[in-house]
This record gives sequence, C-alpha cells and structure tokens, in this order.
Amino acid sequence: MALQSLDIVRRSATSTRPPEQRQTPEVVKLIDVSKCIGCKACQVACMEWNDTRDAIGTNQGVYDNPADLTENSWTVMRYTEIETERGLEWLIRKDGCMHCADPGCLKACPAPGAIVQYSNGIVDFHEENCIGCGYCITGCPFNIPRLSKKDGKVYKCTLCSDRVAAGLEPACAKTCPTGAIVFGTKEDMLQHAEERLVDLKSRGFANAGIYNPPDVGGTHVMYVLQHADRPGIYNDLPKDPSISAMVSLWKDGAKPLASILFGAGILAAILHYVTKGPSRVSEEIEKEYKNEK
Amino acid sequence: MKNDPKRILRYTPAERANHWLSAICFILAALSGLSLFQPYYYTLAQFFGGGVWDRILHPFFGVALCVLFAIMYGRFREHNVLTPSDREWLCRVREIVNSDDSNMPEQGKFNGGQKLVFWLSAILLALLFLSGIVIWRAYFSYLFPIWLIRVSSVVHAASAAIFIGLIIFHIYAALWTRESMSAMVYGWVRRAWAKQHHPAWFREMTGGDK
Amino acid sequence: MASLAPTFGRGAMTNHWVDIKNANVVLVMGGNAAEAHPCGFKWVTEAKAHNKATFIVADPRFTRSASVADFYAPLRTGTDITFLGGLVNYLLTHDRIQHEYVKAYTDASFIVREDYHFDDGLFSGYIAEKRSYDKTSWMYELGPDGYAKVDPSLNHPRCVFQLLKMHYSRYTPEMVSDICGTPKDMFLKVAETIATTSVPDRTLTIMYALGWTQHSVGSQIIRTAAMMQLLLGNIGMPGGGMNALRGHSNIQGLTDLGLLSNLLPGYLTLPGEKETDYKTYISKRALKPLRPGQMSYWQNYEKFHVSLMKAWFGDAATKDNNWCFDWLPKLDKGYDVLQIFELMHQGKVNGYFCQGFNPLAAFPCKAKVGESLAKLKYMVVIDPLSTETSCFWENSGDFNNVESAKIQTEVFRLPSTCFAEENGSLTNSGRWLQWHHKGANPPGESRPDAEIMAGIFLALRDLYKKEGGEFPDPILNLTWNYKIARSPSPEELAMEYNGKALADVTDPKDKTKVLVKKDQQLDGFGQLKDDGTTSCGCWIFSGAWTEKGNMMARRDNSDPSGLGNTQNWAFSWPANRRILYNRASNDPSGKPWDPKRKLISWNGTAWTGVDVPDFKPDVAPGDPMNPFIMNPEGVARLFALDKMAEGPFPEHYEPFETPIDTNPLHPKVVSNPAARVFKDDFETFGKGKDYPYAATTYRLTEHFHYWTKHTKLSSILQPEQFVEIGEELAKEKGIRHGDQVKVWSTRGFIKTRAVVTKRIKPLTVHGKTVHHVGIPIHWGFKGIAKSGYIANTLTPFVGDANVQTPEFKSFLVNIEKA
Repeated sequence: MALQSLDIVRRSATSTRPPEQRQTPEVVKLIDVSKCIGCKACQVACMEWNDTRDAIGTNQGVYDNPADLTENSWTVMRYTEIETERGLEWLIRKDGCMHCADPGCLKACPAPGAIVQYSNGIVDFHEENCIGCGYCITGCPFNIPRLSKKDGKVYKCTLCSDRVAAGLEPACAKTCPTGAIVFGTKEDMLQHAEERLVDLKSRGFANAGIYNPPDVGGTHVMYVLQHADRPGIYNDLPKDPSISAMVSLWKDGAKPLASILFGAGILAAILHYVTKGPSRVSEEIEKEYKNEK
Repeated sequence: MKNDPKRILRYTPAERANHWLSAICFILAALSGLSLFQPYYYTLAQFFGGGVWDRILHPFFGVALCVLFAIMYGRFREHNVLTPSDREWLCRVREIVNSDDSNMPEQGKFNGGQKLVFWLSAILLALLFLSGIVIWRAYFSYLFPIWLIRVSSVVHAASAAIFIGLIIFHIYAALWTRESMSAMVYGWVRRAWAKQHHPAWFREMTGGDK
Repeated sequence: MASLAPTFGRGAMTNHWVDIKNANVVLVMGGNAAEAHPCGFKWVTEAKAHNKATFIVADPRFTRSASVADFYAPLRTGTDITFLGGLVNYLLTHDRIQHEYVKAYTDASFIVREDYHFDDGLFSGYIAEKRSYDKTSWMYELGPDGYAKVDPSLNHPRCVFQLLKMHYSRYTPEMVSDICGTPKDMFLKVAETIATTSVPDRTLTIMYALGWTQHSVGSQIIRTAAMMQLLLGNIGMPGGGMNALRGHSNIQGLTDLGLLSNLLPGYLTLPGEKETDYKTYISKRALKPLRPGQMSYWQNYEKFHVSLMKAWFGDAATKDNNWCFDWLPKLDKGYDVLQIFELMHQGKVNGYFCQGFNPLAAFPCKAKVGESLAKLKYMVVIDPLSTETSCFWENSGDFNNVESAKIQTEVFRLPSTCFAEENGSLTNSGRWLQWHHKGANPPGESRPDAEIMAGIFLALRDLYKKEGGEFPDPILNLTWNYKIARSPSPEELAMEYNGKALADVTDPKDKTKVLVKKDQQLDGFGQLKDDGTTSCGCWIFSGAWTEKGNMMARRDNSDPSGLGNTQNWAFSWPANRRILYNRASNDPSGKPWDPKRKLISWNGTAWTGVDVPDFKPDVAPGDPMNPFIMNPEGVARLFALDKMAEGPFPEHYEPFETPIDTNPLHPKVVSNPAARVFKDDFETFGKGKDYPYAATTYRLTEHFHYWTKHTKLSSILQPEQFVEIGEELAKEKGIRHGDQVKVWSTRGFIKTRAVVTKRIKPLTVHGKTVHHVGIPIHWGFKGIAKSGYIANTLTPFVGDANVQTPEFKSFLVNIEKA
C-alpha cells in the first residue's frame, strides 16, 4: 500500500538491513473504548478510503456486521453485553490490526518484503510481494490478517500508511464522531490516554487502563479500557498477547538448526568419503566371482 | 543384462519407477518447501515461477510424494521388518562407517540402516502430510484452530528438516556403497555385490548357492 | 415543537449542538443521540471529558447512548410524563428549584381562573362527544387593566406554582415505579443528579427526539421536561436548554418554512374557515402584552405577514385588497398526513403529490396506507430513490402482498436529485442554516425538486391562462422572477426568503438615514414593514442573505468565549442568535447567573456579548421587560393556558395500546382524552391480554430511514431486518440468537430475525411483568439490503393530540418463533 520506502526498519524474510534512512516519530492510534458508541463510521471510512466493499451479509442475532474481519473489512466493531459490578455494560471495541512493535506476522512471513515495518511503527503488508501462504495469520497474536479467496493475498489495516505518509490521520480517526479514535505521536497519545484515565477513575472505573501489551513490544494501536484488568471481556482481547512459543520455535529455532543440520550432513558425507573411501565389494568375494565376469 | 544369469534382480521396473518418481517429487517438494522455510533459500522459488507459484505448487508436490511413497510403502513394507540381526547391525553401525563390514551380522534384502530410513521416512511423511493439510491455507486451514495451525507449522518444519537430512544421508549412503545406485537405476546387481552387502538375501535369491 | 412554543414562545431547540459541551448534567431521554445523532453526540462526549459532566440515559432499552452513560434508568415505553412528572414533584417537594429564576422568569406567580380544575384525569371543560376541551377556563385571572393578576409571594392557592405543586403531588417515586417500572432507587438517583443543577452555576441539558414526539401524548411529554428545566433555571443558559434533535437533516427547515398544512413560513399560521376578516386574523395573532412593559414580539405579526404576501404576490398584494388575504386558503380542520390518508381511505382524495416522503414505509398501519393509495386516481412521486410508496402496487411476495391487477392508481415517478447533487442550505436542530455546495452531478434524467415544481407550476399557469378556470388569481399572480423561469436557483430562493426592500428603508430614529436602499437585501426582520415596502419569504430567515452576501456560507469557527458560540459560522435564526432567551442567563439585575458562562451583559447602554441578545438591546436591567419576549406574559409558561389540546399541565395518559389495560392514576381515563381517533381505528387497537408485549420502533445508526438500504456501505453494516427481545422473553418463547420470529399486532405481522439481548429487561409495572419488543425500522422491499417487512405494518393509526405525530413508539404486539 505504502508509497514510501526510505523508512523501513524491518522487512519480512530479510536478514540484511532495509532502507531506513528516513526517521519518523512513532505514531499511535488510540482507541478510547469508553467514548465509543459503536456507530461503525470507522468501518465506512475504512471501506471508502481503501475502496473495499464487503458482501452484504445477514443478521446473526447480534449487531456485529460484517460478522468478522475479512479481506474487505479491515476493521469491525465487536459488541459485548456484560453484567459487571456497575450493572449492565455494553462494551464496544473496534477490532483491527494492532501494529505491534514486534510483529508476529512479519516474523512468520517467508516472502521478502511482503510485510514491512516503518520507522513510525506502522506494520504494512506489501501485497505485491505476498505469496499467499498465510503464515502471517499463524504468526499474529490478535488473529487479524485475512486471506482473500479471490487473489490469494492477505489483507489487514494499513493504519492508512498512505495517508499518514502524506501527513494525514487515518480515515477512521478522521471520521470518528465522538473522538474515540485519536491519532498522533506515541508521546502525545500516551499523555492523552493518561488524561482519560483520570476522568474514568473519577467516574468509578478503578481499573481503567491503557492496553499496550509489552510482550509484543507494545502496540501502535492502543486502547483505553474501562476494565484494563480484564481485557478478555472485550470480546476476547488477549490479556498478555505474545508471539506464540510455537511460532518462535518454528521461526527462531527450526530455521537455523535445520540449516546447520543440512550443512553438517553434507560436510560429514564429504569428509567421510574422502577419509574412508567408498564401500566396495571385498577383493575376496570379487575373486570368488571373478570367473563369472 | 536383464537375462544375465550372473546377476540378480534387485528392483523390478515398477519399483524403480516408483522410487524415482518419489525422488523427483521429493526434490520438488524439498526445494519449493525450503524457499518457504527460510529466506536464505527463497531464491529457490524462482525454479517454480516465483514465490506465489512456489506456494501454490509445494503442497501438490508434497501430496504426490506422499501418494508415491504410500505405494512404495506397500511394496517394501515386508522387506523392512526389523529383525534381531538388524538391531545388532544397527548397534554396531560404527564398524560399517569405518568401512569394515567383516564382522557384521548378515543382512537380508535391506540392512538395518536402510530399514531405519524406510521407517523414518514413513513416519516423517505421515507427519508432513497431516501437518501440511492443516497449514494448507488455500483449502483447509480455516477448518482448524489457530493453536493447531501453529503446532502443525512447527511439526511440518521440523519433520521436513529431519526428512531432508535423512534423504541427504540416504543419497550419500547410496553413493558411498558402490553399485547400489546402478541397482536402483538398472534393477540388477552382481552376485558378488549381493553377497558382499546382503548375504542373507543373496542366499535366498540363489538358493543357498555358496 | 408544539410544546416548546406554548412554554417558551418559540418552537425550536433552545440551544445548539456545540453548546451541549457546556452542560454539567446531560439527560438523554426520548431519544438516542448516540444512535441517531452520532455527530452531534460528540458534544456530550466533550461535556463528559472536559466539563466533568454526568451523563444520564432513561429509555426502555439500554441504548448505544446508554453504553457511554454514567447511569441508566429503564422505563416502560410511553410513560415519560410520569417519570418527568415524578422529577418535577421531587424538585418541588425537596425544594430543589432555582427560586429566583422561577419567580422572575416563569408564570409561577400568575393567578389562574377560578373555574379551572383537574379531577380524576380530566381538566375542566371536557366535551366527551367531541373528544376535545372547551379551554375557556385554562386562563389567568385578568385584572381590569387587561393584565394577568400575580402573587409574587407564590402563596395564592390558585397561583400557577401552587397548582403545579398540587398537580404533581400524585407523582410520587412509588407511583413512578408503579407506572414506569423504573426501580425506585434508580429513579431517585436520576432525580438527585438532576436536582444538583438547581443552583445558578450548574446546568442540565436535555436531549430528546422522536422517542418523545412519537406518542399520543408526545407534545405533553416534552412540555413536562420544559417545565422541569424552568424550575431548575436552565433555559437561556449555556449548557442548558431543551434540545430537540431533529430527525431528518432538514426537518427543522421544513417546519421553519411552514411545510405543514396549517402553517405559513416562519410559524405564521393559516386562517381558519371562520377567520374571513383580515383585521381579526391579525389581531388574534398580534398578541398584546399580558403584563406591563413586556415586548410580546408577536405584536409585529402583520409586518411579517404583509412582507410574506409581498414576496408571494408582489404588486398584486396591496393594502386595498388586504394584501391578498382572500387568496389564502381557510382551514376547516388540520390536514395532517393522518387526516389526508384517512380521507384517501374514504375515497375522498383523487390525486396525491408525494415529494420526499415514503408514506407506505414511514407511516403507521401499512395496510391502511396501501389501501388508501390504491383508491387514488393518480399519484406523483418525486424522489431520488425507487421508494416503496412508488411501488406500492407491486407484488413483492410476503413483503408487499398485493394484487397488482386490482390497483388502478396511475403512478408518475419523477426522479429528483439528492441534497449532495445541488447547492442549498440545511437547517440543523440548533437552527443553523448552513449552506452546502453541490458535490456531484445528478444521474440520469433526475432534476432538482425546485425545477420539477417549477415545471409543474409553469404548465399549470399556462393552462389557467389559456383555459381560465376557477379562482385563477393566486396562480396567475404568483411572483416568478427567476432568471431561468423553469429552474429557480437555490441562491435566488434563499435571497427571496431573506427579503428585500421594495422602497428605501430608513432609520426609525433618523428618517433621513437610509438603512437599505430600494431593491437591496434586508439586514434582518427588524426592518420588515407592514406597509408593503418590504418583501420577505420567511421572516425568521431574514438576515441569512444580506447585502454582505450569503451569511449561511460563512465558515469562521473562531470562538472567543470558549463557549462554542461561533457567531461567524453560518447563520442561526432568529437574527443569528445562538442561544434562545439568553437574557435569562442573567439575573433580573443583569448579573450572569454563572460568571464563567457569560453570554451577554449590559454595558451601560446596551446588551452585548458573544451572542446576539434575545431581548430589546437597549432595555436596561431593572426594567420590567422579561426575557421570554415572544410570550405576551414576558415569562415562560409553567401553565400552558389554552395552547395545548389536552390540558395546561401535562398528565400521564397511557398509550392507546397499553399492556396494563388501565391507568393507575385514573382508571376511568386511560389514554389521551383529546387525541383524535378516526372511527374505524378504535377497533384496531389491541388489548394486553392478546398482545402482551410493549413494542417500540426506532432507528439504527447504520441506516437513515428507508433511504440507505439503497446504498451499499450502509447495507453492509446492517444488512438484514431484526427485532430485539430480552433474554428472559426469549427464554420463555424458546427463541435464540438469529432465530426467525413472527411479530404481529392487530394490524398485521412481520417475520424477521431475533436479536436476543441483555439490553432489554423485563419491568414490573402495576404488579405485572412487562417485556418490550424492539423493532428497528429501515427495511422494506426496495433497495439492495436484504428485503424485509415494513415495520409500520404493526404500528397504530393514531397521533399526538396537538400535532398528530403518530404513536410509533408505544403499541402492543405478540411474538413467537417462526
């Protein structure tokens, strides 16, 4: 999606340094769940800016529509009705890519340059390099990327990297009528979030907090949650997300070990051959059957 | 050569065809798989028309390999039953490595090492097949939970690495043991060769001659 | 609107959207601003985030608004008067009112006639056979000087304050809980929070919408809230007010321009059939002050009226012909939509122009509307979309099961443009006229509405010219000076409603000084004359397009006070005032009630500040003139006199379909005794025993009425019709998430999906468990979203007694798994 290439700090399946000459401040999209009214304007803005259109679905007994993220719906609202100590609460969370500082998708991706991370923190898919293996889906701790059946590419929120590169805010933040979605430098957003926590705590949300999970290095999409001690009640937002140990084993463990194995095997064979020589039929037996030749 | 009484038929044409088709599939699957496995090998994808084609073709190579191996499995399973003498052979494999087979227990059509390759291949290919289905995004992954996909990714990668290592060993063993390559290529072996490497099989084939 | 004017003098949102951020307490009731007005709702978020405001929602459903509220109180649909009456009673019994404000700026001290009374559900003067009141007794006691008598001590047993206390003494917290089903502790929590705004430096804002208007007692619900705001001293204050949130983006403009059968532009009214004399017509409307020294601004009625007639009929309107008074239609009764469809149903209407309206979907009792349309000879539909109404004759299976062959109505469909395809102004809830520019060319053969109307008019005028006919004068003499006759431009129309001078307008203090030259645009309605030297198409809009240009297109958002009063952003009627009755933000001595929220102040010679004073600018503090300048009393009315159909004080009446089949306050008078019910419709009302569930219809944020099911994006967000029921009712009926259900009333049925939710809880009402069934509208048999049943198949054909807004919000249904 992106138009820029000078400020990439990480590039999938690439062990050398990417072009990283341009330095931009880290940005964050802050989603204040306590201000969100679930109007889905962000979904519309996302579809309009990115020119994607999902299918007209069905009602499945809930307000969630489209029912899940798809290659055309890069963000969806997730509605949860829950009885808490405050009575009934209707928690509405805007779901989409969290833009992890340590992205599991990028780690899992085998195609060089299909997933990149810019110096501003945005994790972007470059679909022209995508081979459609779906490993990013396996690597993502938040279950975000979606594979298109039509073109075999994977899609997710770009944090409007094209808009951000031109100094604009993401479409969803631009359109959010209540200011539940705000966008700016990480520093500013954290400060704004702190102010929100003061307000929420004054309203009795003792456990209000910022969702910025450390085990993925923090995220560039953060939430202000009324109940930060229980992120799971927000439609299964993971409590301590991290890149799965399995993915680390697969990507960090298996890869070098296997290469060593192959190299060592071939090397051993050569050394064995040159030191021990080939295994031939012994001269004794050869003699025995000499007449037959 | 076929009718040469001094030679023994080690592999039938069908067996040879089966083996070499499997070998081709293995090479295709391994090369296309390696490019997905590790960025260093990504260039290999060029042999298959680039990354996307590589991703599309690899599972089909794998399935073809599994099918061919399954047939081979049926052909050779009986010959690969491990016997006490195979176990002893395996315990003393160091002597073989040192090119001294003078005191080794007598081996049948396949020696302990070959049997081990056979069984390991069977197990690894089963694992590769099952885990491969789970991570085959285009058709099957949506049927499985994410944790299983993650486990399968590891299993697939690890099995593949071990399997490739095993096949490297298999190829080297074939090259190292002179004339075994031509056995798989042409099907026939010299009686001396048979007596040297597979004495028990040799007796079986020649009716105890000498 | 029909309750704010009788209370304050003008029927409009008192404050404006941005001002909501100044509130200390926000009450959303009878509306769901987060759902229906998400953009305006941002100011509630602002009030919470930056003004530490407490946000309360009272609603039968736990709505999207409730999801961000500090607390939520449930109540049964249609019982808002009880809830609000209970709050009034709480404020009075706990003495939590702003005394000084109530005394100075309301009619609390006015003495009411002796023959006024209220007994067992009925006010004095009820005529049962006519279902209406003789309202003579609903009046102040007048002194020999013609002024109303007052008792500033508020002790007189017949002063409004004492009558008010007595009337609402029945609305105890227990009664509220019994009728509304609101748990008592929740009600008291709401009451206590609201009562905190009775001090001068705290305000409550009330935001409401169709959840209050669409009841048989809708206007009276709103009046109860308005009265409460007066007791709290929250009218005229920044961060206070009665904020009527309008449904359509330009429905405010519609009422302002008088597109109702009994109105002329600018809330001028059409004469009744007995008002054939021009002088009487004017004198009945140009009300003389009821207290000494009051402005009683409607005394200027004739200036507005004559200027309107000059705008319409130009030189043909002269003093000698009473400015064409005889050309105006004289009403024998109101011709609201319910009435028109009743007449149509009786076969008394031949032709129907349906412009920007989709009655088959949007009006109650779809079966009756469909039958009515089938009795027409012809119908002309002017709309950008292929509406259900324009296809009422089309068989769409269960969704519209009609026999097309039997319908003989000839339908003409004239495609029009939508707002984004033309220039023009939209008037928002806060009375701002905001100019917008065309964003795209209209598709196909569609034309702007004005062009379509012009085409019809010109053809009609030609026919009259050629063939003559009955009463051709108004058509032949109608002013039609547009540059392109068949296509009046929005700019020309806007300039016309602003008004212009037909002769030089001079300064009344200095006749030699010319303020506006002949043929120039007027600066405002203050320059209008009753001698035919000015013309003005809509007096309240005067000032919108002056010689300085298009004031509606102004986009300067500078806000020197920080109160959000952006004087140079667009144009706000009247006279660019942002907060109505803003003189009341100061105490009688001219000191602001809250120094932090100073709107206007007296500088020694005039009222100035960040808002245009809603007052005579040079009347000093201490003068008897009071802030509610539109009312002849000069003050706001707690006692509505004869302005309301069902009584001067709001009283709780049950919806016409009530699940409890009684009225706990007065079992003999269950529902609104003054509401008009057509003969055949009485039989269509269901009873609680057959239809045990209280139903209510509403809108979803993803859609706009029946329009956006034609657009892909909105259809993606809410693709398919559904109804909402609580988990308890679902369990009783064996209904699960997403099940197909059938919902039916006496008038028909719909089949749709069920959303089972915790957000609708059963309420205990008068000893009975009442479940609600929530029915979003929006679906129909046209468009690209999944086809659905028209929700108004279920709703009753009865309306509010004052304005005939149908009772969409409270009726009875039954439900089962389909």
